[in-house]
Formats: sequence, C-alpha cells, structure tokens
Amino acid sequence: MKKNSKVKELLEKLGTVVALLILIAVFCIAMPDKFPRIANIMNILKQASINCLIASGMLCALITAGIDLSVGSNCVLCTCTIGVLVQNFGITNPVLLAVCGLAVSTFAGFINGTLLTRLDLPHPFVSTMGMKNVLLGVALVITGSKSIGFTGKGVDSLMWVGGSSILKGFFGLSPKFPGIPVSFILVIVVFIIFDIFLKKTALGRQIYCCGGNPEAARLSGIPSKNVLTFVYALSGFMAGMAGVVSVGRLASANANAGTTYDNDAIAACIVGGASFTGGKGTIWGTLIGAMIMAVIRNGLNLAGASNDIQYIVIGAVIILAVTIDVTRNKMEAKARKMAAQ
Amino acid sequence: MSEYVVELKNITKRFPGVVALKNMSIGIRPGEIHGLIGENGAGKSTLIKVLTGVHTPEEGDIFVDGQKVVFKNPVQSREAGIACVYQELNIVKQLPVTDNVFMGRAVKKGLLLDYPRMHKEAEEALKTLGHPEIDVRKECGKLGVGQQQMVEIAKAVSLDAKLIIMDEPTSSLGKDEIAQLMETVRGLKAKGVAILFVSHKLEELFELCDRVTVMRDGEHIVTKDICDMTEDSLITAMVGRTLDNLYPKEFGTKGDVWLEARNLNEAGVLHDVSFKAYAGQITGFAGLVGAGRTETMRAIFGADKLDSGEIYVKGEKVTIKTPKDAIKKKIAFLTEDRKGQGLVLSLDVRTNLILANMKGFSNGPFLDKARIEESGQENVRALKIKTPSLDEVTAQLSGGNQQKVVIGKWVNIDADIFIFDEPTRGIDVGAKIEVYRVMNDMVKAGKCVIMVSSELPEILAMSDHVVVMRGGRVMADMERDSAHFNSEDIMKAAWGGELD
Repeated sequence: MKKNSKVKELLEKLGTVVALLILIAVFCIAMPDKFPRIANIMNILKQASINCLIASGMLCALITAGIDLSVGSNCVLCTCTIGVLVQNFGITNPVLLAVCGLAVSTFAGFINGTLLTRLDLPHPFVSTMGMKNVLLGVALVITGSKSIGFTGKGVDSLMWVGGSSILKGFFGLSPKFPGIPVSFILVIVVFIIFDIFLKKTALGRQIYCCGGNPEAARLSGIPSKNVLTFVYALSGFMAGMAGVVSVGRLASANANAGTTYDNDAIAACIVGGASFTGGKGTIWGTLIGAMIMAVIRNGLNLAGASNDIQYIVIGAVIILAVTIDVTRNKMEAKARKMAAQ
Repeated sequence: MSEYVVELKNITKRFPGVVALKNMSIGIRPGEIHGLIGENGAGKSTLIKVLTGVHTPEEGDIFVDGQKVVFKNPVQSREAGIACVYQELNIVKQLPVTDNVFMGRAVKKGLLLDYPRMHKEAEEALKTLGHPEIDVRKECGKLGVGQQQMVEIAKAVSLDAKLIIMDEPTSSLGKDEIAQLMETVRGLKAKGVAILFVSHKLEELFELCDRVTVMRDGEHIVTKDICDMTEDSLITAMVGRTLDNLYPKEFGTKGDVWLEARNLNEAGVLHDVSFKAYAGQITGFAGLVGAGRTETMRAIFGADKLDSGEIYVKGEKVTIKTPKDAIKKKIAFLTEDRKGQGLVLSLDVRTNLILANMKGFSNGPFLDKARIEESGQENVRALKIKTPSLDEVTAQLSGGNQQKVVIGKWVNIDADIFIFDEPTRGIDVGAKIEVYRVMNDMVKAGKCVIMVSSELPEILAMSDHVVVMRGGRVMADMERDSAHFNSEDIMKAAWGGELD
C-alpha cells in the first residue's frame, strides 16, 4: 500500500513536470531558432519570478482552503509606495525602501487575515476581493494615477534585485551567457525557506492541519485563527516582495500593472497540485506550475501571438487546471471508497 | 389484496464490516400508526433508508400493495407512494412554503411555473393537515419549527403518499407543537394514510400508535399491538442481550476527584449539570442521543461556551475558554465524530499523532523529527495501530485504526483526564476490545477516564460509576455496586421514567 501511494504521489508530481516538458518540446519544435536559446530561458526565469513569489504566499492561503484575491493589487501597492517615497520624499536607501514596501503589503495582508478571523466573514473570497479594490484605489491615490519611473533616480541598487543578472559570461559557456537573473535566485532561496517552513516547522504543519480539518485542529488546541491571520499576512508579505522585484523588473511603478497577477498565482498553485478544498499542495509543485504559466506566455509572445490570444490560452489553462483538480479529488475519493471496502 | 400497504420481507443489508439489517421483516397496515423503536444503532435509520430507496438491500423483498417492487433510488420510492419526514428537516429556509412543498416536481404551465395552481394545492395540503393558517407565500425560515415540519408533511400529503415515515418527528418540538403534530397524525390516519412513527419517547408511542415493532442489532424482535405491551416489556425487548467476553473490564484504584463540574448551564442545552469523576475510574455517561452528554463534554473542553458553571480539575477551580486551555490542564477529548473532528484525514499518521502537542515535539520553531518518529513508533506498538507506516494518509486506515490514532494523539499530550465520546462507534469488535484495554490501562495507571456511550451494555460493563442524562439534565448518578446499576433502571432514567 505504501509503495502504491508513493508511486501515485510521484506520478502526480511528475505529471506537472511532464506537462512542462511537453510544452517546452512543443515550443522548441515550433520555434527552434528562438525558443531554446539560453538567453530566452533566462528571460523566462526572469519573467516567472514575480508570479513565483506571489504564488508562494497564495499557496499557503489555498492550503488553508482559502484564497487571497488581493495579491495583485497588494504587489502593485508595494511598488507604488516605493515609487512615491523615491519621487516625493527623495529616499534612495534601498533597504529602507524595501522595508517600507514590505511593511505596507504585510499590513494589508494582516488586515485580510483579521477581517476573516475576527469579524467571521464567511470566506476569504469576500474580504480579499474587497481588499483588492481598496488597495488598488490606494495605489492610484498615492501615485495620482500616474506612472513613476525608477531609472536614473539613484535607486539602482534596489533595481538590481529585479532587473539584473549575475555570473554573466561565466561557466566558460560563452562570453554571451546572459547570466542568471537575481530575481530568480531570490525565488529559489525563498522557495527553499518555504519548503523547510511548510514541511519541518510546527507552524507550517499547522497550516496544513487548519486546511485539512479546521474543527479537528481547533479541538486539538491549535489556535486556528492566529494561524489563518499569519497565513494572510505572509501572503501580503510575499506580494510585497514581488512588488520590490518589480521595481527593477518593470523600472516603473504603475498602479494598473497587476491585473493578471491574482489569476496567474492561483493558476500556478492549482496546476502545481494545490486544491481549492485545502490541505494539499507543495512549494515545488507551485514552482513547476509557475514555470508552465511563464513558458506559455513566453512561447506565445515569441510566436507573435497578440495579447488577446494570450488571454484566451491562459484562461483555458486555468479552466483545465481546475478541471484536473476536481477530477483528481474525485479519483481520490473513489480510491478511498475502494480502500474502505 | 395484501394485508399490508408496505411490507419488508427478510431484508438483509450489509455495510463494510457491519450487518446493519439481518433478515428484518416488518409489515404496515393501511391507516395504522405503526411505532418503530430500538436503541441507537439498532438499524432503524437503515430500515428507513431501505424504504425510501436510499439503500438497496442485498437480500429480501419489498412489497407495496402486495406487489413486489425494487427501489433503486429515492425517486422510485416516492413514486410508489412512500414519503419520509426526516429528523433533520429538508427545507430550503430562504424559499416560500409553496416552493418547498413542490420541491423537485414543480408544476409548469408552458415554460413558466404555474404558481396559482401550486399555491392552491399547497394550501389544500396544509388544510388537510389542520393548518390552514400557514401562509404558503411566506419564507419557510420565518415559520416556527413545528410549522416547518407541517410543510414537510404537506409535501408528503400533496404526493398522495400511502405511507409516511416520521423519523423522530418530535425531537425538536415544544409541548404544544407535539400535541398539534399528534392531532395531524391522527387526522392522516383517519384518511387512510399509514404512518411509520419512529420515536425514542415511550409515552408518545403509547399515546399514538396502534402497533409497535421493536428492533435490536438489526433484527426484528417483536411486533405487537401496543395495548399488549408495557413500558417494561418494551425496554426489556430493546436492551435484552447477553454480555459475552466483549468487555474485558479491569479495575483501578479509586483516587481523588480529578474532574468536577458544578451547575453547568448553557441556554437550551444544559441545565445545572453537576458531576464528579475520580482518578482510577471509568465514569460512564449514559443517555439517549441528544441528552446533552456530548454538549457537557464539549463545554468542559472549551469547545463550546458555557453561560455559567464551575469546573474543578484536581480540586482546583479552572477557567477553560478554548481547547488549548483544556489541553494545558491535561484534559484530552476524543470526539464522537472522529473523521469530522478528530483527524485531519488528508494528512499522514505521523502528523495526526502530534496534532495536539506540536509545541512539545519542537525545538524552537522546528519539529524534532527523531523524537516524532520515536514517539510515533511507540504509539503504533502500544496501541496496536495497523498501518503500513507513519507516512500513511489517515483516510486510508480502517475506522478502528483511525480511532487508535486519535487516542494516540491524546496519549501524546500526557493527559490525566481522558474524555472518550462514543469511543467504539462504528468500529469492529476486535478494535472495540482493544479500545477497552487501552481504557483499562489508563485507569490502572491512575488516570481519570470519562466514557460517553449510547450502548448500554458497554456502559454497564466498563463503568465504575454512571451518570445518566436526559434533556440536558443529570437524571441519576449511580455506583457500580448500587442496586440501580442495571440496564432497566438506567434506561428508565434515560427515558424519563421514575426510579423505584
């Protein structure tokens, strides 16, 4: 039985990896001169970073059977806060800027969690959807609905996180090796921390417990409300980190930049094996999910597909992912029934 | 023409590990009120579900008006003229009465719903029931519980049901509402409708029924005219069974009072509940489902809020507001619903075993893998948990082994007071005996065990001391050596009779 479940688990994990490989193969065959180049691959990693960071926080919310719809606006608000601090207050200290941005986003996430747990709002859908609009509005207000550029403002060291690459021309590969994006290295570091956090710390396991069966968790003395509040604060924090990365990545603060972020993050988690019913999902699955999303966007871009086609494809992928999630749950329930008999 | 409007003959229904109905037969005559009675778990619910087509029996036949029928689903049963008013009302509270009466079989005129006709028919049905005052256009949620039940019955009446099954219909009603319901039931009988009336309340059966059938362990025990039965003969028929070697009772040494409740009150649920539980003893809590036993335990454990009352642990007054507080006081609570409240089914055995004591198994923020492994292996050995490994998802384990995982979870907080709520419900005999042995070991080690159980034989065999509850009140408190420590007297107390 153990062997069986291990094999099944491996297949489930490999399933998404296989999907990613097939996607890559298809694009490689379709655009052999454009897609498989090192420069493009590094580009994909760079493009995936923001989604990866947001998705890591979203994953925790999904594990608790919740959702955080405010992450896109929250990410943008962080970038805009930094933009306003640079433009209107002349602050250029990168650490101070990053801390301020992260604080704002974490606070917004904390409010999400507080609304959910202390006011007993029916579902985080409601509180975070409301917060999504509030945060977007705040971002528009503080920037005066205008885009703020970061180039040439003395914040290059902060832009380095999202915009630069290291090890250029290294490995003797070729002097043309474009280097590994700093933002993706950040993603890997963050994901390793998340992996340890979710698997090996008491709080991390409690997140799974609250998602799998909140009543059993409560009756086992786990402070479910505090755990949930923490999860939404964490989701806000990660959205903020994505906001810091986008300072360098987009080189501007634009309140309207985050419209697709929520969807992309949810899709990455679900494609990667998380479930809307909670209690499930791993950080590495989420990484693969985010890579699938990034490869699709990148491939379609290279193929010259216009924005509208991209929307249609991404939309279809999200629906497909949810269908897979539902089917997987049904199959598991069936297997459970069979095992019970 | 058959004597019976609906008849079950030699019905057997099996579930994994349990035979819920064994060769069960029952016949209901047209226009009679037929009582059905039995202990919790005697198979009444399964019988109802066979009649309503929810379950298909493995063996045996169902006859309606002497014709053999097979119900593959609830629709077929409904079409054959069998309707059921469940204990939990199946009403959409946001919708008006009419919509509820015609739920699932709306009358149409062309493409649109024919509301005038539906309103009229719903009104007629309610009038038949003697309740013309219920406004069919009103939202059901705005009606009282008794009126909501009338809407359910109206549903059955408008279906022209030959047989209406009523499952514990009076359990959530007040005195006046019960009287009205009885009037309505008699009215239906006068119109030739047969009623199968399932109730826990003996006095209702005597007042209302023509005949009564007693079930026990999924089997038919007796069917008689109610006038040939007495309360005593009914109770004896229900509980009379022998205690084999199912209950390996061992005794500990009675110690101090470790848990004492004084005048616990929770509006509408608990009324002045007081009791004492001793170290080295099993204190049994007997009573019917809904007597307030689980509610008492939940309140003590901090899962529900008390309005007033005092709790003493080892002689010291304590304030318990959350389960976390209770765990700090070394109280463990094994809930009656292990899947819904005891386990995180989607997680592995290892995590479930440390669920209540993650702090104790951590160094700083990190879980201590080695210690968790060691303790998990020890739990598996000591409790004889049959699992391929600690990594197994608990959903995959059998009921008995799941229960042992929950017990392990509480053993791991090093509790002193163990509250077991229906610890052996739904698990097989072998696992039951192992659970009893665990309890024996606990009392021998000087722990204080409380066992809430609806199975009288279990209560009688395993308890050192029994508290009987009814309607949120403590009705009796008896020691094992007292003259009242027998099934008849406990049942009398649980059913509201007078003790001699």
